[in-house]
Amino acid sequence: MRIERIAGKKETQATEEDYSLISEKILKYKGKTGITIPVLQTIQKAFGYLPKNILKQTSIDLRIPLNELYGVASFYSQFRFTPVGKNMIMVCKGTACHVKGAEKILDEISRKIGIKDGETSTDMEYTLEGVACIGCCALAPCITINNEVHGRLNTKSIDKIFKSKKAEGKNQ
Amino acid sequence: MNKEIKSSEILICCGTGCVSAKADKILEKFKQDTKGKKIKVKPTGCHGFCQQGPLVITEPDGILYSRATTEDVNEIINSHIENNVPVERLFYTDPQTGEKIPHYKNIQFYKEQQRVILRNCGHINPEDINEYVKSGGYRAIKKALLDLNPEKVLKMIKDSCLRGLGGAGFHTGLKWEFCFNAKGDEKYIICNGDEGDPGSFQDRSVFEGDPHSVLEGIIIAGTTIGAKKGFIYVRAEYPLAVKRLKIAIDQARKKGFLGKNIFDSKIDFDLEIFQGAGAFVCGEETALIASIEGQRGMPRRRPPFPANSGLWGKPTLINNVKTYASISNIINNGVEWFTKMGTDNSKGTAIFSLTGEVANCGLVEVPMGRTLREIIFGIGGGTTDNKKFKAVQIGGPSGGCLPDSLLDLPVDFDSLKEAGAMMGSGGMVVMDESTCMVDVSKYFLDFTQKESCGKCTFCRVGTKRMLEILVRITEGEGTEEDLSILEELAKSIKNNSLCGLGQTAPNPVLTTIKYFRDEYIAHVVDKKCPAKVCKKLLTYTIIPEKCTGCVVCAKNCPSNCITGERKEVHFINQDDCIKCGICYDRCKFEAIHVE
Ligand SMILES: Cc1cc2nc3c(=O)[nH]c(=O)nc-3n(C[C@H](O)[C@H](O)[C@H](O)COP(=O)(O)O)c2cc1C
Ligand code: FES
Repeated sequence: MRIERIAGKKETQATEEDYSLISEKILKYKGKTGITIPVLQTIQKAFGYLPKNILKQTSIDLRIPLNELYGVASFYSQFRFTPVGKNMIMVCKGTACHVKGAEKILDEISRKIGIKDGETSTDMEYTLEGVACIGCCALAPCITINNEVHGRLNTKSIDKIFKSKKAEGKNQ
Repeated sequence: MNKEIKSSEILICCGTGCVSAKADKILEKFKQDTKGKKIKVKPTGCHGFCQQGPLVITEPDGILYSRATTEDVNEIINSHIENNVPVERLFYTDPQTGEKIPHYKNIQFYKEQQRVILRNCGHINPEDINEYVKSGGYRAIKKALLDLNPEKVLKMIKDSCLRGLGGAGFHTGLKWEFCFNAKGDEKYIICNGDEGDPGSFQDRSVFEGDPHSVLEGIIIAGTTIGAKKGFIYVRAEYPLAVKRLKIAIDQARKKGFLGKNIFDSKIDFDLEIFQGAGAFVCGEETALIASIEGQRGMPRRRPPFPANSGLWGKPTLINNVKTYASISNIINNGVEWFTKMGTDNSKGTAIFSLTGEVANCGLVEVPMGRTLREIIFGIGGGTTDNKKFKAVQIGGPSGGCLPDSLLDLPVDFDSLKEAGAMMGSGGMVVMDESTCMVDVSKYFLDFTQKESCGKCTFCRVGTKRMLEILVRITEGEGTEEDLSILEELAKSIKNNSLCGLGQTAPNPVLTTIKYFRDEYIAHVVDKKCPAKVCKKLLTYTIIPEKCTGCVVCAKNCPSNCITGERKEVHFINQDDCIKCGICYDRCKFEAIHVE
């Protein structure tokens, strides 16, 4: 069931975020109907997740009960309640990718960066997420790293990708 | 080759598939390198043959270059454009005959398709409304407004017998009539572009390749039923589609095709994009409506149907992307033209995304009633690596797996349903002998179980119990009795769930038990996975005669359970083996044995 999606995840660093960054955008929605999802999307676009203090303030400003905001946010898989790492890795678990060995890819990446599906590394370097179909089924199995698609993968090509990523990190 | 025709246009496919293979860089380079030359370079939407991407096509001569890279740009310009000598090296090679084929029209993949809904995809620039207009676009809506009236349009759609392409195949004309007759001065229209079925991408391709054809269909539908406002619901994971739709709507507004007094008539009609937030169940129409209203996407009981009480309680028409994209064709070409395609009960064409273990992956449009064999082995070119075809999964999590004995089944709404599958949104995933059918049915149940909204008990608890049994079977703990429990549970869930999600969720399990029972038996009786997929049932060993002692396996083993000196036979310690299969993938001497 959809609610289990977040129940099992541990809370990581809870930080206070700056509401003034988006207050103007939020207030534009005031008094309109059917705004819950666009509002949540606006918050997540700004912070990468839904920070607690922002949700609280939004609830006050838009007169939407906090439990309603939380209820809607927890239903949809797009929304997150914890910050994400610098590199967002999404592993496609769609049917075409599954048939072509997506599970192996996910396991291998998970071993490489030391976190499981849905987790963020403690140094905030990586977030790993299994997702349903990213629409490049013809390139299965595929992943996206920060929205860049890497397709036709196998355990060897993953090695290469992460080696070059590590090198990139060191040069910075 | 006809030397007379000179290429005047270079088209670069910029669908998601080709862009992920760096088509955007190729487009940039072409633009740069043709500056000051008399040649038009333009990006297009998905051309369909994603497998061979990035695709570069020249028109009007119709030459297709496959797997192009930025390094090839120069050669294409110098040799083909300047000197009319196409670059043979980049032609598509027929895998069966080894022949190089220059014209895409002669490639098997395209030859046997009939592209009606996809007519513009890959041929026009989706970000330019004028190209759509030039190809005959927005003629149908003008005809509908000026020459016809709502009753006449309604009659045409009804007579065409067009059935909804969103999955269930409900008669579109009837649905429109319900909305037309529904009382109320405020009506809404929704385009369902949620496309949550993992493994299908045809709605996305239509949005990305020909957004105006969808807009035109929606405007015709809106003016026919008397709605003033429409929503396009797009899946969250499709940023490119959203971008192109936004551009399309803006351009249509500027031309007076949307907004107040559209096409200089007295009618107002406007459209808004609503981005989903990732929930499969939101493809279901009542859940989708709840989602637009700002709630959790939970389906409601029907009746009342959305046609009478939908968005904010008002009459609402909801159709799929491809259904709307079909409308202008029917108005322009007439009912007779449309009904000539297809079978007795399913008219027109259907679009499939052909993926999985098939040679030609991509987007395929054929008239209803073509056989699975024609689609998979004709257009798709059969399986890859000479592996044996095992099954084709149609309709995603609501559909089923069909075996080779059903390859001659005509593909239309009714025959698929009879076979236990479903048209669904048109995903077609080909599986070969390396796919385990028990694992596939576990995969889908895992998906539906997670996506169940939790409102009704049968779907919420039933799918979970079924999944538990399937996990048990794949781990070698299942019994033969489990199979009959699965079937019994499946029946109850099908009969008692509130919405289509639960009602169809058991289909993948039921079809695999029906057509691949021997694989289940192998799992529960022999405790073996014939396709070598279910980890718990596998044992990896090293074949001493083949092992050269190159130490590659030992070096790459993540759990360090392979031991052995260099140049000596290695050994896998079974207690520590996590069955990741890396040694198998890496060994160059095929010295790893799996059973
Ligand atoms: C669980 C579930 C998921 C669905 N997903 C979609 C979808 O992604 N796209 C779609 O057009 N219809 C989907 N439908 C079907 C819609 O409820 C509805 O029938 C359809 O949008 C009607 O359009 P049509 O008549 O043009 O087919 C889904 C139905 C169910 C039960
Ligand atoms: S199944 Fe992986 S991209 Fe579609």
